[in-house]
Amino acid sequence: MSEAVIHDDHHDHKPSGIGRWLFSTNHKDIGTMYLVFALIMFFVGGAMSMVIRAELFQPGIQYVDPQFYNSMVTVHALVMIFGALMPAGVGLANWMVPLMIGAPDMALPRMNNMSFWILPFAFTLLLSTFFMQGGAPAGGWTMYPPLVLQLGDGFPYLVFAVHFLGISSIMGAINIIATVFNMRAPGMTFMRLPLFVWAWIITAFLLIAAMPVLAGGVTMLLTDKYFGTAFFDAAGGGDPVMFQHIFWFFGHPEVYILVLPSFGVISQIIPTFSRKPLFGYTSMVYATASIAFLSFFVWAHHMFTVGMPLTGELFFMYATMSIAVPTGVKIFNWMATMWRGSMTFETPMLFAIGVLFMFSIGGFSGLMMGITPVDFQYHDTYFIVAHFHYVIVPGIIFGIIGGIYFWLPKWTGNMYDEKLGKLHFWISTISVNVLFFPMHFIGLAGMPRRIPDYSVQFADWNSIISIGGFVFGASQLILVWVVIKCVRGGEKATDQVWEGAHGLEWTLPSPPPFHTFTTPPKVTDATAHS
Amino acid sequence: MFFNKLKQIIFGITAFSLLIISEAALADYMNVLNLTEGVTPTSKMVYGLHMQILYIVTAIGVVVFSVMCWSIYHHRKSKGAVAEQFHHSTTAEITWTIIPIIILVVMAIPATKALVFMEQTGDAEMTIKVTGYQWKWKYDYLDDDISFFSSMSKDSNDARQLGSGIDPKTIENYLLDVDNRVVLPINTKIRILTTAADVIHDWWVPALGWKRDAIPGFINDNWTYIEEPGVYRGKCAELCGRDHAFMPIVVEAVPKAEYAVWVEEQKTMQLAAAEGAEREWTKDELLEKGKDVYAANCTACHMAEGQGVEGLFPALSGSAIVNNTDASEMIMLILNGKNMMPAFKDILNDADIAAAMTHERNSWGNTVKDVIQPSDVKAMR
Ligand code: HEM
Ligand SMILES: [Cu+2]
Ligand SMILES: [Cu+2]
Repeated sequence: MSEAVIHDDHHDHKPSGIGRWLFSTNHKDIGTMYLVFALIMFFVGGAMSMVIRAELFQPGIQYVDPQFYNSMVTVHALVMIFGALMPAGVGLANWMVPLMIGAPDMALPRMNNMSFWILPFAFTLLLSTFFMQGGAPAGGWTMYPPLVLQLGDGFPYLVFAVHFLGISSIMGAINIIATVFNMRAPGMTFMRLPLFVWAWIITAFLLIAAMPVLAGGVTMLLTDKYFGTAFFDAAGGGDPVMFQHIFWFFGHPEVYILVLPSFGVISQIIPTFSRKPLFGYTSMVYATASIAFLSFFVWAHHMFTVGMPLTGELFFMYATMSIAVPTGVKIFNWMATMWRGSMTFETPMLFAIGVLFMFSIGGFSGLMMGITPVDFQYHDTYFIVAHFHYVIVPGIIFGIIGGIYFWLPKWTGNMYDEKLGKLHFWISTISVNVLFFPMHFIGLAGMPRRIPDYSVQFADWNSIISIGGFVFGASQLILVWVVIKCVRGGEKATDQVWEGAHGLEWTLPSPPPFHTFTTPPKVTDATAHS
Repeated sequence: MFFNKLKQIIFGITAFSLLIISEAALADYMNVLNLTEGVTPTSKMVYGLHMQILYIVTAIGVVVFSVMCWSIYHHRKSKGAVAEQFHHSTTAEITWTIIPIIILVVMAIPATKALVFMEQTGDAEMTIKVTGYQWKWKYDYLDDDISFFSSMSKDSNDARQLGSGIDPKTIENYLLDVDNRVVLPINTKIRILTTAADVIHDWWVPALGWKRDAIPGFINDNWTYIEEPGVYRGKCAELCGRDHAFMPIVVEAVPKAEYAVWVEEQKTMQLAAAEGAEREWTKDELLEKGKDVYAANCTACHMAEGQGVEGLFPALSGSAIVNNTDASEMIMLILNGKNMMPAFKDILNDADIAAAMTHERNSWGNTVKDVIQPSDVKAMR
């Protein structure tokens, strides 16, 4: 523990009451709020997926009107992506980036407060549409016109919710960039940054480049609906497919915005529990940067079936396939980090290994869908639902959950219940595969996505998938329980917490005082992460 | 205590799942695993490509996962493994960049060939145009002036209503049957144009080997060459609103001679229908026809008893527009549509619209009870 930290302990006065949270400018409190918000949204979105799986448990329509089913599919995706995954990533960044680079707080603390508090506001707008004439958005999270323009009174609320979410993300991104560029401790050079920080700088640039494009796209929808423009209306000289280009120019980078922070987390976890430095640090940084760069050139693989010219189809096929190379480099580097290490398998490591295996499965189906002529068959079936759920659930969410287990003892000062953590991992892993693996089969066999009812040959697999879904959903309550239990007490954590942990955050007490690194620490090669 | 309970729960769920699995014959699962090989040169090429990539990624998966498992097993602290401290190797890094590139190039070559083949839409022997509507398909045989709509069959439509009480398993080809099939000749290069009238749909018959979006205001061209006679079923693949799941496609491929007979039949039928639109109809004729037209075109939203769907689709029973003695507003609305209501002017002929209106104005407690003639509709076009 450095001298500076002891000094901090001295005047560790937290504001009290509700004001502590409403007006907070403290990166730790804001990080906590982001994480709690993400967890709540995870369960809101999860509840919607339970409705979906209940309806699909048997053929026929048992519980909900098809229009409401479409709203469930649409809002589930919006809530999970913008309400759970992105805020969880920002929450981890808020907590960990300043601790990892030896900064006292984020560079722009008031903006930090605002970017968080926009979120509950934006989701109130979005979720209030359920009570409006015409119902909640039901045209898919991709919001394709002309379908999305058929939405009733909820439409402007959808558009403004997206605007606010975009503003919040952009402010968060600017804050992270400003923090890392300006507030690194002496000696913390860029090539000494922990990979989690690198992953977040790259994500932040992606956010700044991609979110305004989405905002522009939905604004054009708004003017098409209310102000007589015809950007996406062929009858007025517009083009409905142009929206898809705009959306996916945002949408594909967006999937990397979601996944890179999670990659960053497992790049911290794997070396720690392998007790060995990360393999290929430099190539990891370059691979991440090239994935981010390439992600702006592959968007049309989401729209192979719109009828592009041959040369366009070939270009986007080759570009998509090329992303497999840097992605492979990352997977191989993680494997090489484990190779000849001295591994132990605490819960964070289990989740990280889960990511390695199951993200790869999603990568494989992604590669298959990148092959244009075959994607003509795969597109808009359950095969793609299997693909993106493999990369998102056991890929991204497992990474985030791994990060939560990894840093929870640091945040709370108490060890979590390892037995429960492992139980959570195993039930989640088994059920997530029961849930998503058979989707490959029914997709290939011809079941389209986004349908409330299906022909009877798909009935058996759908029942199994739904059971997997219910078990997976229920098992996430274990996480809540572990977190609550850990916050309330438990075996005291040491400063280093994990035997193999290296880096500035592990030099602080567990839990860290309210203000940390008010005097910057000195970083040398020996004390740097990698 | 808690763990025991949990074990019981997990055991219960496993037993339940096994029950479900064993109940269905294993054969059912085996049929629902993989892509169809299909019946066209394209679909066979696509299937071959699919299997090839599937084998490649499976092989990569087996190798990568085995190495990981080996490492996880042997390099664990509990087995006394001591961590080495190496952290890069240029040779290894170059190897695992180059090898994937080679594999990708190997995959890209046949994929490029297949794509070039699929995009050759020229020199077709006949052309049909497929138009997506919310929620049915229209087929125009451009060489023969045949044109008709194709909607999901009535038995499926009844069974799929919320709380219908009809078991889908008792319906033959549940959600996969239509009133009017697309009949096509085999061994013929057919150009298939896709477009849409309202929102984006996607015409997909897996056995043909591709799907293609049907986009309002744009026409996509595709082709097929069916090699075996048979019935091939497909669905709309692009979310197009409430009843997206309920607009199936049924292609019936027949020998050329049989196709020629079918074309003649269709022409005669369409001639008869066109004559009907010209004459004066009796109220009973209109009511009888109106019932069918209503069931095929209107029930999806306004429901069987004209009760509509709260908050989404207005009720017709007691509606001010329906009960207005001046029918012109109602005719305009049906012809031109409004918000989610599609414009029917290109979907239904004058007799259909007149019949449906007469039915609506005489049912469900509506009070006008008058007769609308095809000529009334024609006058408003
Ligand atoms: C090697 C890596 C990947 C490749 C080659 C790949 C490729 C593809 C392709 C070709 C599609 C379009 C499929 C279709 O519509 O027919 C797709 C869809 C999708 N991918 Fe990936 N993907 C990869 C990784 C990821 C990752 C990391 C994520 C998420 C973090 C992701 C998320 C998605 C999503 C959400 C969709 C569906 C979008 C929609 O239609 O709603 N993919 N991917
Ligand atoms: Cu993409
Ligand atoms: Cu559809």
